[in-house]
Amino acid sequence: MTTATRSRFWHSDGRRLSGLATLLLLLPFFAIIAFVFIYPLAQLLFISFFEPKPTLDNYARVVANPVYTRVLLRTLWTAMLVTGLSVILGFPVAYYMSRVRGALAALVGVCVILPLWSSVLVRTAAWSFLFQREGLINSALMAVGVTSEPIKLLYTQGAVVIAMTHVLLPFMILPIYGTLRSIPNDYMRAAAVLGATRLRTFTEVILPLSMSGVASGSLLVFLTALGFFITPALLGSPQELMVATLVSQQIREVLDWPFASALVGVLTLFVTLLALIFSKTLRFDRLMGAQT
Amino acid sequence: MKPALDRGSLALGAYVYTVLAFVIIPLVIIIPMSFGQNDHLEFPPSGFTLKWYAEYFTSRGWRNATWLSIQVAFLTAICATLIGTAATYAMVRGRGQLASLFQILLIGPIIVPHIALAVGLYLFFQTIGLSGTVPGFVLAHTVLALPFVVFTTAAALGKVDANFEAAAMSCGATRWTAFRLITLPLILPSVVSSAFFAFIISFDEPVVSFFLSGVRQKTLPRRMFEDIEQNLTPVIPAIATLLIVLSVAILLGAYAMRSRARS
Repeated sequence: MTTATRSRFWHSDGRRLSGLATLLLLLPFFAIIAFVFIYPLAQLLFISFFEPKPTLDNYARVVANPVYTRVLLRTLWTAMLVTGLSVILGFPVAYYMSRVRGALAALVGVCVILPLWSSVLVRTAAWSFLFQREGLINSALMAVGVTSEPIKLLYTQGAVVIAMTHVLLPFMILPIYGTLRSIPNDYMRAAAVLGATRLRTFTEVILPLSMSGVASGSLLVFLTALGFFITPALLGSPQELMVATLVSQQIREVLDWPFASALVGVLTLFVTLLALIFSKTLRFDRLMGAQT
Repeated sequence: MKPALDRGSLALGAYVYTVLAFVIIPLVIIIPMSFGQNDHLEFPPSGFTLKWYAEYFTSRGWRNATWLSIQVAFLTAICATLIGTAATYAMVRGRGQLASLFQILLIGPIIVPHIALAVGLYLFFQTIGLSGTVPGFVLAHTVLALPFVVFTTAAALGKVDANFEAAAMSCGATRWTAFRLITLPLILPSVVSSAFFAFIISFDEPVVSFFLSGVRQKTLPRRMFEDIEQNLTPVIPAIATLLIVLSVAILLGAYAMRSRARS
């Protein structure tokens, strides 16, 4: 260590903090993350590899048993379906949000942001009521004459997909809205001046430029959907578990910690790997910027 | 420019408001249900009563759960704001040591599924006796709220010129005095709004609370989960209505803070 760097560690120069002060200010953050985040996850990983003895058996059970591979595939498929639905429903809303001004913009903004800050349980309870046997959706379907008998909606995978899309939609809309807002209006005017129709401006200017937002939103929705617990637990069928509900069942009913830990390991490693690969795409700062 | 109301715009508008109806109707429809007289949920509700609200406010179980959630959320807001603001200040004003480690650890709680953290903490807190305790909930929720606090305060802190503090310090102020008298007042609206968000993140947090709740110490989301799972009585819409009102109030508060930050 040279004298200069040593003095930088001990002394601040007015603009920059000293290294010591930086470390002290960061200490609580690193301590709580290490103690309440890293350690408990590491302990689960340890259990998954070392209990009852050093082994890969716990992971082998996840992939070898068709019951569990079906759970994994169902989780993947549900997450993809929710992501796809969110793009289809969310993109036009984000586009509209980026075009309108004034009171309309405020109205759309409130509709998108309010659900984000209201409890997942409130939203799941609402769907639970809507999907009931005598619920509003069944009454509506019977009134229109689509069906004469109430259809079983609650405790189906369809209910889970619809409610999850409802919960996760803002996470798709906000990043897309963020990128759309960052496209300068001049681009659209330039395209119009050059004779492009509005459709052509949309497909050749706006759509390609908004793809980073679509990718960012899709990744966020997909990764969150993979580990979703509350909605599948309350609206899904016990015969159609997803990874999170299977983990909960293994811990609370079967008490099989090594196997549950391996499931958590598979889920966490998969999600983290995807997040690392696409770390450039995930723009959390932008999401928060739009959100708050 | 073409007239705004052509067929394409109309179709887009119709589609967008249909989607927004899908987003908002489930939240809105639950409000009138809380005033229905019947024991089972129905729409449209028959009659008008406040008995479900009365039941919520007088029931011991609901009261305890609500009080626990308020305590936990209040303490989480304080802890997350203090720890998050200190760390953000170190990152923005420091020399960039540990910056990449900080960033990775910061997005960790957003990326890692809450079920994984919940199960890990369930095991860990049981062995050290923190399960179902206020400190246990606060620690867990602080981790979940920290990224949001840091993002909010980092945006505000980045806009404060480092020379302000340097000037104060060249006039003899200590770093702490310079921060307290110059930087903190400038970023205060953002700090307060991040505390609001930390509060609501903790107050609504369902997954970690689900696993950390004991038989006696249950947070409000955990109590609601049990009620929805077993029998959906109109107490749930009553609580949901109160929670929606709370969300609106907190959002308005946070926005008021932010518009003060801008002006």
